[in-house]
Amino acid sequence: MMMSKGDISASPTDRRLTTLATHLQSSPMDSADQSLHVSPTSASVFHHLVQAPEDPILGVTVAYNKDPSRVKLNLGVGAYRTEEGKPLVLNVVRKAEQMLVNDSSRVKEYLPIVGLADFNKLSAKLILGADSPAIRENRVTTVQCLSGTGSLRVGGEFLARHYHQRTIYIPVPTWGNHPKVFGLAGLSVKTYRYYDPATRGLDFQGLVEDLGSAPSGAIVLLHACAHNPTGVDPTTQQWEQIRKLMRSKALLPFFDSAYQGFASGNLDSDAQPVRMFVADGGECLVAQSYAKNLGLYGERVGALSIVCRTADVAGRVESQLKLVIRPMYSNPPIHGASIVGTILKDSSMFQEWTIELKTMADRIISMRHQLLDALHARGTPGDWSHIIKQIGMFTFTGLNSEQVAFMTKEYHIYMTSDGRISMAGLSTKTVPHLADAMHAAVTKMG
Amino acid sequence: MASSLLSSLAPSAPLHLQDHVKQANMSLGTSKRISILSGKDFTNGKCFSRTSMTIAFNASRFNNITMAPPDPILGVSEAFRADSNEMKLNLGVGAYRTEKLQPYVLNVVKKAETLMLERGENKEYLPIEGLAAFNKVTAELLFGSDNTVIQQQRVATVQGLSGTGSLRLAAALIERYFPGSKVLISSPTWGNHKNIFNDARVPWSEYRYYNPKTVGLDFDGMLSDIKAASEGSFVLLHGCAHNPTGIDPTPEQWERIADVIQEKYHIPFFDVAYQGFASGSLDKDASSVRMFSARGMELLVAQSYSKNLGLYAERVGAINITCSSSDAATRVKSQLKRLARPMYSNPPIHGAKIVANIVGNPELFGEWKQEMEMMAGRIKSVRQKLFDSMCAKDDSGKDWSFILKQIGMFSFTGLNTAQSENMINKWHVYMTKDGRISLAGLSSAKCEYLADAIIDSCHNVI
Repeated sequence: MMMSKGDISASPTDRRLTTLATHLQSSPMDSADQSLHVSPTSASVFHHLVQAPEDPILGVTVAYNKDPSRVKLNLGVGAYRTEEGKPLVLNVVRKAEQMLVNDSSRVKEYLPIVGLADFNKLSAKLILGADSPAIRENRVTTVQCLSGTGSLRVGGEFLARHYHQRTIYIPVPTWGNHPKVFGLAGLSVKTYRYYDPATRGLDFQGLVEDLGSAPSGAIVLLHACAHNPTGVDPTTQQWEQIRKLMRSKALLPFFDSAYQGFASGNLDSDAQPVRMFVADGGECLVAQSYAKNLGLYGERVGALSIVCRTADVAGRVESQLKLVIRPMYSNPPIHGASIVGTILKDSSMFQEWTIELKTMADRIISMRHQLLDALHARGTPGDWSHIIKQIGMFTFTGLNSEQVAFMTKEYHIYMTSDGRISMAGLSTKTVPHLADAMHAAVTKMG
Repeated sequence: MASSLLSSLAPSAPLHLQDHVKQANMSLGTSKRISILSGKDFTNGKCFSRTSMTIAFNASRFNNITMAPPDPILGVSEAFRADSNEMKLNLGVGAYRTEKLQPYVLNVVKKAETLMLERGENKEYLPIEGLAAFNKVTAELLFGSDNTVIQQQRVATVQGLSGTGSLRLAAALIERYFPGSKVLISSPTWGNHKNIFNDARVPWSEYRYYNPKTVGLDFDGMLSDIKAASEGSFVLLHGCAHNPTGIDPTPEQWERIADVIQEKYHIPFFDVAYQGFASGSLDKDASSVRMFSARGMELLVAQSYSKNLGLYAERVGAINITCSSSDAATRVKSQLKRLARPMYSNPPIHGAKIVANIVGNPELFGEWKQEMEMMAGRIKSVRQKLFDSMCAKDDSGKDWSFILKQIGMFSFTGLNTAQSENMINKWHVYMTKDGRISLAGLSSAKCEYLADAIIDSCHNVI
C-alpha cells in the first residue's frame, strides 16, 4: 500500500488507501504518534510545483552571499554603497526616525487605503513641481504604494480594468521586472526600440518609428531619468519630440521615476521630462520610488500619481484605485512614508537631503571616471567612453553573458547577465579589481 | 502669435520651456492652449484637423470611470470621523482601544523600536521572502517550535503584507497552480475575503456557518456544505475568533471538520488574524491549526500581527504553507516568491524587525504575553459588562448570552441592516451593516449606552 518514492502522481485511490492506512495505524487523538506515521512519500498536493529559478536581479545577491571569496564584488542590485562598501542610511533619515520614535503621541493605526495624506501631497509636489498647475487645479490623485514596484502594479491593474487600450509599450531593454509587473496586472506587453548597441546610445529613429506605429491610445512606459539598465536618456530636445509624437497619437505616458535626484544630482532637473508632459495639460501616470534617493529600500515607500484632465475625474479615479489596493494589501505601511513626510515638510531637513543626495550622485560619477581611467591604463581594447556618458546608478557595459559568466567565475564579480553593473557598488579600492576582470573578459573572450 | 510661441517651445533649456508654457497658459484658455500644441508639427508628416484634435485632447481618457462606493468596513470610520455628536461610538473597524478609547501602542513594541534605532540597523532590501529571523519565529509561534513540521522543515513561510497581503499571495498561488479549484468561505466572513479571491480570479462559494436563529454555529450545515464541494477544494477557516461572528467551533467540532476535510481531500486554508486575542493565550488560540497539522494535513495559514502586536499600519504578516515534504516546501516557497516580486518586490522591513526582536527575545516575549492577556482581558470584561447591562435593561426575555459565548474582538449582534442603520443614525453607534460590533472599541463606561441602543434597535425597528 505504500507508494514508491518516485511516484508523485498518486491517483485518488492511492491517496485514499494511504490515508486509510494512516488512520488504522494510530488513534486520531494521539497526535504524537500520528505525525510519525505520515509517510514522507505521500503525495503532496503541491507535487506539481517546480522549483522556480532565482529572480535574475535579486538572485545575484543570493549568489554573491554564497561566495566565500574575499575579493568578491556585488555589482548586481542597485543599492548604494559608501566608499567603504557599506550600506548607507542617510543622516537626515536617522534624524527623522529619531523624531518619530521620540514622539509619544504617534500611533500605529491603519492608514487610509490611499496612504498618508501629507506624504501623498508632498510626493506629488516633489515630482510635478510645487507650482504645477495640475496640482493647483486639483487634477492629480496620488496614492501611497509599495515603492516603485507597487506603484507600477497598482497603476497597471487600474489601467487593465478601466482604460480602453490594454497594451503597454516598454523599451528594449528595460528593468527585468517590468514585463512581469504589467503582465500580471492584466496588460498585454509590447516593446519599442530604445538602446542601440552599435552606438551604445539611444536608437531615437527606432523609438519614433515604433511609437509612431503604436495604436492610438496605447500606454507607453517611460523611464523619467537614468534609464535602467542602460543609463541612456533622451536629450531635452528628444524628450520634446517624444512628447509631441505621443500627444499626437493620444498615447498615454506612464513614467517610472526611481532615480529622481540620482541622475544629475538635482531633483528638479531630473523631473523635467515628467513636468514637460504635465505642462501641456495632458494626462499621465507617474510611479515614484524613494528606495534609492532617500535610501529607504527595505521600507518600501513610493507613490502613484495620476494626472487627470479635471478634478472630478481625479476624484473618481482615486476611488477606483482604492478598489485595486484593498484586496491586495488593504492599506500601505506607515514607517517609510512617515520618514519621507517628515523630511519633505521641513525645509532644513529637505536641504540636508539635497546635499546628501548630491554627495551620493557625485561619488557615482567619480567611480565612472575612475573605471574609465583604469581601463585606459590597462589598454583594454574598445571604446569605453559610454561609462562616463551614461547616467544614473548603472553602466551598461556592453559585455555579453559569456563575458559576465567569466568575470563571475574567475574574478568573483557579481552582476546581471545583460552586462549591467551598479556603479553604486564600486569604491576606489575595488575599481582596479573590476578593471582587471573586464580587461581579462574582453581580451580572453573577445 | 501661435507659431512664434510654438517655435520658442521646441529647442529650449528646461527652465525656458517652463516659462514659455506658463506664458501660453496665462494668455490663453485651456482649450486654446491644447489646440496650439496639437495643431502642428508632426514628425511623421500627418495632419489632423484642429477641431477633432481639440476634442480628442479635451476629453479625459478616464471619463467613463464611475465613483466607487466607500469600503463597507473602513468607510465606517470615515463616517464616524465626520459625525460631530458627542455620544458617538466607533464600533466599526477591529482596532483595539484602551478603556479611554485611545489607540494603543504596546510598551514592548516601543522598547523594540528604541532598541532598533540604538543599534543603527540599515534599510537594505529584504529578500523577496522577507526577513529570515521573522519567518522563523513566525512559523514557530504558529505551530510551536517543537512541532514536527518545523523540525522537518516542511513549512514554507513567506513574509506578507499583514493578513490581506498573505491571503492574496496564497490566492495567487491557488489561481496559478490549482486552476479551477474553489475556495469555500464561511457565510458570513470578513468582507474583504471575497474581494481578494475575486481580484485574484479564484472562484469561491460559501458554506453555511452562522445560524441567525440560535445566534450560533450552523454546524450541520457547515459540514454538509464542505462535504458537498468537489474534491480538492480549499476550505477557508478562521483559526480563532471568527470575524464577524465571534463564533468558533468547539475542539470536538474542529475534529469533525478535519475529518470531513480529509475525506474529501480538501485543503485547509486558515486565516489567523487574532492569535492570542481570542482567549489571551497564544498557544490555545493556535490549537485548531496545530490539530490539523498534527494529522499530517498540508495547510495554508495566513497570519497577521496587526491586532495581537498592535502593528496595524506596519503591515506585518506571513503566509505559511505546510507540505508533506521539505522538498515540496522549498518549491512552494520559490513559487510564492515569483508571485510577490511583480506585486511589490520585497516586503517592508520595519514591522518584521519589531516582531523578530520581540518574539525572538525571551524577556520581551514574556512582556508581550502579559500585554496580550491585558488586551484580551479588557475585551472579556467589556463583554461581561455589556451582557450585564443588557440583562438589566431588557425585560423581553431575549437570550443575550451569545455576547459571552462569542469570542474575540467582534460580536455578531443579530441586528439586521435596518436595525444597524438605526444604531448609526439614531444612536451614533458606528458599526457595519451586517450587525457586527467591535468590542475592542467599547469602554465599560459606554456599555449602558450601547445596551440602550441595541435594545431600541432590536425591538423598535423591523
